[in-house]
Amino acid sequence: MQALKVTDLSKTFDLGKPLFGTARPGVRAVRPMSFSVARGETLGIVGESGCGKSTLARMLVGLMAPSTGHIEIAGKALDNADPAAFGRLIQYVFQDPISSLNPRKTVRQIMETPLKRLYGMNQAERNKRIAEIFDSVNLREEFLGRYPHEFSGGQAQRIGIARALAAAPEIMVLDEPVSALDVSVQAQVLNLLADLRRDFGLTYLFISHDLAVVEAVSDRVMVLYFGTVVEIGRAEQIFNAPKHPYTRLLADSAPVVGRPLAAPEQVDSELPDPLNPPPGCAFARRCSRATAICRDQEPPLTEKGKDQFAACHHPIAD
Amino acid sequence: MGHFLKLLFRNRLAALGATVLSALLIVVLITPLLPLPDPNATATAERFARPFTEGHILGTDHLGRDLLSRLLHGTRLSLAVGIAAALIAAIIGSTIGLVAGYFGGRIDNVIMRGIDMLMAFPYILLALAIVAALGPGLMNALIAVAAVNIPFFARNIRGITVGLAGREFIDAARLSGLGHTRILVGELLPNVLPTIVIAMSTTVGWMILETAGLSFLGLGSQPPVADLGSMLGEARAALITAPHTSVVPGVMIFLIVMSINLLGDGVRDALDPRLKSGALSRPRAVTLVDRKGPVPAAEQRGLLDLDALETQFHVGKRVYRAVGGVSLYVKSGECVGVIGESGSGKSVTALSVMGLVPSPPGVITGGAVRYEGEDLLGARYETLRRRRGENVAYIFQDPLATLHPLYKIGDQLIEAIRVHHDTPPKEARAKALDLLRAVRIPNAESRLDNYPHEMSGGMRQRVGIAMAMANDPDVIIADEPTTALDVTVQAQILALLDDLRRERGLAIIFITHDFGVVAQLCDRVAVMYAGRIVEEGPTMQVLDAPAHPYTKRLIACVPELGSGKRKLASIPGLPPVVDNLPEGCAFAPRCDKARDDCRRGAILLAGRGLRAVRCIHPEEAV
Repeated sequence: MQALKVTDLSKTFDLGKPLFGTARPGVRAVRPMSFSVARGETLGIVGESGCGKSTLARMLVGLMAPSTGHIEIAGKALDNADPAAFGRLIQYVFQDPISSLNPRKTVRQIMETPLKRLYGMNQAERNKRIAEIFDSVNLREEFLGRYPHEFSGGQAQRIGIARALAAAPEIMVLDEPVSALDVSVQAQVLNLLADLRRDFGLTYLFISHDLAVVEAVSDRVMVLYFGTVVEIGRAEQIFNAPKHPYTRLLADSAPVVGRPLAAPEQVDSELPDPLNPPPGCAFARRCSRATAICRDQEPPLTEKGKDQFAACHHPIAD
Repeated sequence: MGHFLKLLFRNRLAALGATVLSALLIVVLITPLLPLPDPNATATAERFARPFTEGHILGTDHLGRDLLSRLLHGTRLSLAVGIAAALIAAIIGSTIGLVAGYFGGRIDNVIMRGIDMLMAFPYILLALAIVAALGPGLMNALIAVAAVNIPFFARNIRGITVGLAGREFIDAARLSGLGHTRILVGELLPNVLPTIVIAMSTTVGWMILETAGLSFLGLGSQPPVADLGSMLGEARAALITAPHTSVVPGVMIFLIVMSINLLGDGVRDALDPRLKSGALSRPRAVTLVDRKGPVPAAEQRGLLDLDALETQFHVGKRVYRAVGGVSLYVKSGECVGVIGESGSGKSVTALSVMGLVPSPPGVITGGAVRYEGEDLLGARYETLRRRRGENVAYIFQDPLATLHPLYKIGDQLIEAIRVHHDTPPKEARAKALDLLRAVRIPNAESRLDNYPHEMSGGMRQRVGIAMAMANDPDVIIADEPTTALDVTVQAQILALLDDLRRERGLAIIFITHDFGVVAQLCDRVAVMYAGRIVEEGPTMQVLDAPAHPYTKRLIACVPELGSGKRKLASIPGLPPVVDNLPEGCAFAPRCDKARDDCRRGAILLAGRGLRAVRCIHPEEAV
């Protein structure tokens, strides 16, 4: 059973027509991509800043209308960008826990909003549901009367997760949910997320720039580069036996205890200019394996190993 | 609310304004009850009576009407009109601003261009035009004054709203099923309300003046009804012969507007979030040093020596012991890592070295920082300023925040060089170019003329490093320099720092929360918890065989690439707040090995050679 199915989803930001001359082509933040996530699965999404992972996440929860493509959640098509319609099926946990909570509202007011607006519960039902949710995220009910600034980052992130749970969604999009937290607290939140997934049968899309965290929580991992899926595969394989040179570069760059320090590539490598994208493979300029075909034709995403797809003309062989 | 009033009344001028204004308000509120003559009863025989004449304390005007009575009734009317106009302008203007800022795009454009057009007229002309169209009268003057002030509110509130509308809690509200109206009223309005209050408190006085101005011209209140403006207008003809008729309303206008402005400024300051941490004062150029004990004896171990450094933050009655006796040293060509979670005091330690902790509220209360044996904490500001950048330089986490957005990076580098050395501009530019090449920035020549926003995060951090290198310092203190960067860029920056240290014999103090980074770059490492070093030693020894339970469990929390999906270890609980540290070991409440003796007395950092641990039941003997 597919919890989420995405077909040819893309987003182009228009640059606006200049006063004179013709309109420039827009910035393609997300190029057409298709993928699906099974119920109860965690799909990790990794990529560097500017790769389109946040744009993708905002489209998935309806905060941004896609330029092309379809989103299907639990077999139902959802293409109109009406956050309330999305809200009951898919929820979002934000990166910065404090700024995702309204500073002028108590935790109780924040928690009650989705219950009231999405499910029309009365006061007694709401209190009961909030008590249940707070119990499952290990928060004490006495916190309900307090304001967001009174909480530590870890507690605030648990409140953010509790709010997302209040909407009883099928899917949760977790956008860098632990990157603002300290490591000792990060583990608390990640373990809580794993427990919630098991208890409520949730499906996760877990976005992060930290490969080790993604590997620790995901079933499958999708690697994005410059708005394109470059590789998707099982979490245990994708960083150990990457097929795409970019995935390998990422894996080699992560600092690991016991590995000597070495810059894995030349210093002048940067993301291509989004206003003037290169033809062919976007990674070709940084890639040591690139040949003429890479600079000319965009490689399609094809199966390169068991359950592992990569968009590369010259994939890394085992 | 009580806190707000306390802050407000700490400002003496605001308190004076509040007192005068409340006295005036009380008097005008009870005016109808006072035994005053009818303000409009004329008695031509008694015209222009001087003040303090029998029956007329303030005298009479040109029609023999009692000035005191007219003054109080007029003040009542002027205040009512001014406040009503301010309320109307605030409500309409704020609504416009909220809607424009929240929806943005075309709606914003249309509304704000309309507001711009309104602002393009000189305000008095606009008010005159409105009164001319509607006809004279106090009500119409009120409408005119309110309309003229709408743009002020609309622009102010729109600016705030644009910033808030992009915040994540608005997205979260949308996902919780809230519609536009509910988001505007329920989520945005409470957040802009303080700004509206501030804007109102600073404009009420202005609006009273404007209303008085219109009345003075005869367009506001109509005879015989008095308001302050019309009283002045009527007294104008007798300005020389009977000056008291103009002085009396003039003084009243002065009192009202002055007291409102003083109070308004006070309200603005009291609502300013910066005031919450103490007085509204600029930080000093150097951190305040107030050493309670004797300066520790000199014992030179490295190029830069920190000896039992203690830094505290004094906020109100609370004392936060951010750094509680840290000793650390670094030799030439060596890299020492300081690792810890947020709030462990690692950044404050680093900033204390060159006296960069903002004071107030920061105070260095003990210890010594020695550069080549010279105590920097006791040094004069000029000495310290020369040493900053010249001997000890900093690299910060966010280069976008540390580089000036309006100057080209080349000019900023040249300035950094010329502040310390009297170099001709040409030479300085050549040096800047060399620096950019040294930090491996491609096309260095053209990059000199870039602004910070034109560069990627990794390139900006390279500029940050080049800036730190500008005067060939011996020590670089790097405070989480790669935390904001992507992994591939982080790897490049770390390799660059490593090269620089080997080529130039730099001493680096590297502050981070990432064990992987420490392992790759640092020779020695110190682990901090709650303002103290809990463990130190050569990096590999500490990472392979951590002796402090905190170090061991913190390392276990860090997921490592290549170990697959699994449950992660975590440390229950939270680090202690440093204004209320427990006795004994600060980690004891979270430690599963803690016994009774851990919660008593001071626990010392003890060990042999380079290795030391602050624990009486360590995991490994050191």
